[in-house]
Amino acid sequence: MTSLYEEVTQVPDGVPTRRVTITVNGQKRTVDVEPRLLLAHLIRQGLKLTGTHTGCDTTNCGACTVLFDGRPIKSCTMLAVQADGHKVETVEGMGTASELHPIQEGFKEEHGLQCGFCTPGMMLAAKALLEKNPNPTEDEVRWALSGNLCRCTGYQNIVKAVLWAADKMRDQQA
Amino acid sequence: MKPPVFEYRDPRSLDEALGLLNEYGDDSSILAGGQSLIPLLNLRLARPDYVIDINKVPGLDTIEVLPGCVRVGALTRIRRLERDPKIRAVAPALSDAFQNIAHPQIRSRTTIGGNISHADPSSELPGVLAAYDGRVQLTSSSGSRWVSWSDFFVTVFTTTRESNELLTAVEFPTDQNFSYEFEEIARRPGDYPLAGVCAGISLDGSQVRAARLSAIAIADRPIRMTAAESALVGVDISNAAVRQAASQAAAAEINPMDDEHGSAAFRRGLVSTLVKRTLDRLAGVPS
Ligand SMILES: Cc1cc2nc3c(=O)[nH]c(=O)nc-3n(C[C@H](O)[C@H](O)[C@H](O)COP(=O)(O)OP(=O)(O)OC[C@H]3O[C@@H](n4cnc5c(N)ncnc54)[C@H](O)[C@@H]3O)c2cc1C
Ligand code: FES
Ligand code: FES
Repeated sequence: MTSLYEEVTQVPDGVPTRRVTITVNGQKRTVDVEPRLLLAHLIRQGLKLTGTHTGCDTTNCGACTVLFDGRPIKSCTMLAVQADGHKVETVEGMGTASELHPIQEGFKEEHGLQCGFCTPGMMLAAKALLEKNPNPTEDEVRWALSGNLCRCTGYQNIVKAVLWAADKMRDQQA
Repeated sequence: MKPPVFEYRDPRSLDEALGLLNEYGDDSSILAGGQSLIPLLNLRLARPDYVIDINKVPGLDTIEVLPGCVRVGALTRIRRLERDPKIRAVAPALSDAFQNIAHPQIRSRTTIGGNISHADPSSELPGVLAAYDGRVQLTSSSGSRWVSWSDFFVTVFTTTRESNELLTAVEFPTDQNFSYEFEEIARRPGDYPLAGVCAGISLDGSQVRAARLSAIAIADRPIRMTAAESALVGVDISNAAVRQAASQAAAAEINPMDDEHGSAAFRRGLVSTLVKRTLDRLAGVPS
């Protein structure tokens, strides 16, 4: 059986591919991709970074949110070829199990997740917000997360988690 | 793999992009922000032979605040437009409309040209363009033409753009005498509106010289509410009864359809409320 990695990178003969170089979580990755490959699928299957989830593939749920040159985007709605030469940040770039990012800590402290499916996307949307606006109001947090759906936790604790993280990050700055 | 097979082209100049459009026309799709096109590809509702990605075409992401108009290059993203202080200074209602388009992730990518070319009757910008009496620039290998909003939008997802033309710029006139307000009602923030209204008036003291009112998500294309506009001309905007009469005229002249999001009567009510609210604000009265 071929691995998923090969499935993405070993394209059938005769199908044109493009060589792209994308900086993913600070590391340059060069891959050959079919132009129709979605960035989300390159990240998950090609690069094996399965923290980026796909829930709808139609730009609705936000589970596939990554940062593209620092801005939140839905990676199911960009072709991998379009990311050539750009920087992508996924949840794997946020922290490690022993050293959580304050946003990850916030989700833990405030019970911001149940099944965790929406969580990576929520956290990256939150990161984009906090980088621009370190002291957001509750409304601003809700607005920043408006493109992300959660089907089990409910939004209350997610919003609290982001506000918790904002506090902690401001403390660290001070 | 979600999208169907296509040949991918990413022209590096406007000339190259126009040459490709000339060659492939109807067999191709232009890829701008991709927020409508890529979902359509993922669902295989769109199956173009060629995808012409214009994101690397230089010079199309401009914002110009000129005497008499705001002119925006087709590739300018909503995220940048919604934060632009120069636009907010001359056309605050336009900035408000940008902020109502979808969610942050989508606004990071959506381009003004893609949004307007897509001609979704529920989109804010086509309606705002109608209220501003704006126009779009269409460019092909043989030159450019400017087309007014009313000659551009035909029906749902359909415009008078020829298949060899690229929408290159959008222009919102900013007549010094006109002030505008925009407001919509959506089920959740960032959703497409159930109804939206953009209202502009030009005043002589408190007397209305001219009025421009458009409705969004009411017909198969953006519309102007000419009966309500006529009801306003010559009257004193500070008179609440006058604003009420205009909102009733708007409700009476529109012809919304029933759909799964709401009945015609419900939408009529929404438009009437939105006309009232925008006119109240234009009159400086809290709703
Ligand atoms: C969940 C969700 C919510 C949304 N909510 C809203 C909303 O509230 N309001 C709203 O207005 N929109 C909304 N949108 C639509 C979004 O703003 C679209 O992205 C936008 O309408 C299309 O812009 P784009 O730049 O992404 O275009 P693309 O998806 O790249 O293209 C759209 C169409 O226009 C054509 N096109 C693109 N650029 C040009 C050009 N320069 N010249 C000629 N043709 C061109 C393409 O070929 C394609 O047919 C929403 C989308 C999603 C997924
Ligand atoms: S998978 Fe991308 S938005 Fe749902
Ligand atoms: S935690 Fe389960 S979907 Fe959000």
